Amino acid sequence: MSEGELMMIVAAAREIADGETVFVGMRRPMLAFALAQRLHAPSAVGLYENGIVRQRPTTPVARTMGDPRMTAGATWVGGMATVMGLLAQGHVDLGLLGAGQVDRFGNLNSSYIGDYARPERRLPGSGGSSDITSLAKRCVVLLPHQPQRLVEAVDYLTAPGHGSGSGWRDGVGLPATSAGTTVVVTDLAVLRADAEGELWLTALHAGATVEAVQAATGWPLKISDALRQSAAPTEEECAALAALRQG
Amino acid sequence: MRTDNKQMTLDAAISRYVKDGSSVAIGMALEASIPFAAGHEIIRQKRHDLTLIGPISDMLFDQMIGAGCVKSVMAAWVGHVGQGGGHAFQRAVEAAVPRAIEMRDHSNFTLTLALTAGSLGVPFIPTQSTLGSELSSTNVDLIERINPLNELGEPLQLVRALHPDVAIIHVQRAAVDGAAHLWGPLGLAKEAALAARDVILTAEEIVPADSLYTDPNRIFIPPFRVSAVVEVAGGAHPAPVAGYYERDHSFAEDYAKSTRDVAGMEAWLRLWVFGMPSHADYREEVGEERWGALRTAASVGAAPIYEGGHA
Repeated sequence: MSEGELMMIVAAAREIADGETVFVGMRRPMLAFALAQRLHAPSAVGLYENGIVRQRPTTPVARTMGDPRMTAGATWVGGMATVMGLLAQGHVDLGLLGAGQVDRFGNLNSSYIGDYARPERRLPGSGGSSDITSLAKRCVVLLPHQPQRLVEAVDYLTAPGHGSGSGWRDGVGLPATSAGTTVVVTDLAVLRADAEGELWLTALHAGATVEAVQAATGWPLKISDALRQSAAPTEEECAALAALRQG
Repeated sequence: MRTDNKQMTLDAAISRYVKDGSSVAIGMALEASIPFAAGHEIIRQKRHDLTLIGPISDMLFDQMIGAGCVKSVMAAWVGHVGQGGGHAFQRAVEAAVPRAIEMRDHSNFTLTLALTAGSLGVPFIPTQSTLGSELSSTNVDLIERINPLNELGEPLQLVRALHPDVAIIHVQRAAVDGAAHLWGPLGLAKEAALAARDVILTAEEIVPADSLYTDPNRIFIPPFRVSAVVEVAGGAHPAPVAGYYERDHSFAEDYAKSTRDVAGMEAWLRLWVFGMPSHADYREEVGEERWGALRTAASVGAAPIYEGGHA
């Protein structure tokens, strides 16, 4: 795992507060959530789209949420309708998810690169992402920081952030209880949405510069007055992550 | 109680209930308990123009698309759970190879609502999810309307009910009458089975019905709704099955590596699908050693339940 990748997982885990109910996406989000459960958020509740509600972390972390170790020791196991219904009723504090592209206003594309009718590249699709950004109180999105991924406007809007900006979510009918994408965590930096939904650069990981982050971002980034350096991963975080990744 | 014996071979079940042009719900429990053996039998029988329905199918949709069986897909996510993208799926959408497929892109929740609506016998279910997304402007089964139940003028996403021609569900235990126990994550398995015209159950084990009816709350769906019961031990490999085996990650990685181009895809299908006359041959090819390494830890057992009937 590269330094940047490690920092991305650690920084995302730090966004999870103890006791929160978290809708956990596949791959990187599972690792970030398990890390938080192991360290500062032992009573966080994980909801998984396949129908699992889980409070106990597995060690090592499961490669997929369907692995048997996710069922053994779970808090509750049922179906997708129940966990999605909990999300739709506003019971999810935080959605943790990945994306193919994110844009200036936190909209996500996980479906088509290029023109929808003749796509250059087909990505796997929404999965639960469109529901999570529609319905969770706030969302943390994890993705590598590359100019083709952080773009001015997504090629296809799979999961709604703030559309074209202020007032858009309310206008299209999304629930007021959900703020869409609130934080984007990459291998270089942390971006946070302002009241209009625009993402600002708020923290740089070790080794990253404002210039490098801007060069890897497809829109002129606004830089927070309170821009800070991300705290380096602690020994405890590194050790817990190493244990989670065994096997 | 008189019950029918619905047990048949995999070959017979697929040939009777999956026709060219059928809509097939398969892989409904997401990454777990995916009926790969049934999917491979569909490929062997060279079914074509199928509509595949499923939220997140790991590699099975990719394989059936790569084999040319599929005309359209109603799904939230298609690819390879370990790697991300599925090569055959990408070739089909980007380059119409081996043929073009029509996509009806759903989110997990809209597909949940489509099958739930089907299972409830209602024409649609409204939601606020996915409003403002392009899923709604590109999928004809999602239609925006104003909520008629108040004066606020709120937009809602109406999700059209789905009724698959057949749902194929892999379970741990089934009896010949269609009673079954499925545990672990269920995804949309129940909704899909209840919404479908026919239901094929593939099972790790066939067990006496009496052993299942001791816990009627856990019977998967009312057995009269099941059309066929097929014994296929190992029938979800390389997907995991709670209580039986783990996901075969390295087999899945090999599939991704092998299928980067059309020739590789064809070779993979020749080896693992067309080269295996039955699932017993496939099981043997996977090999004792591999099955042994995948076996899950022994069960701890659940507390008994009491039905509360008169003593």
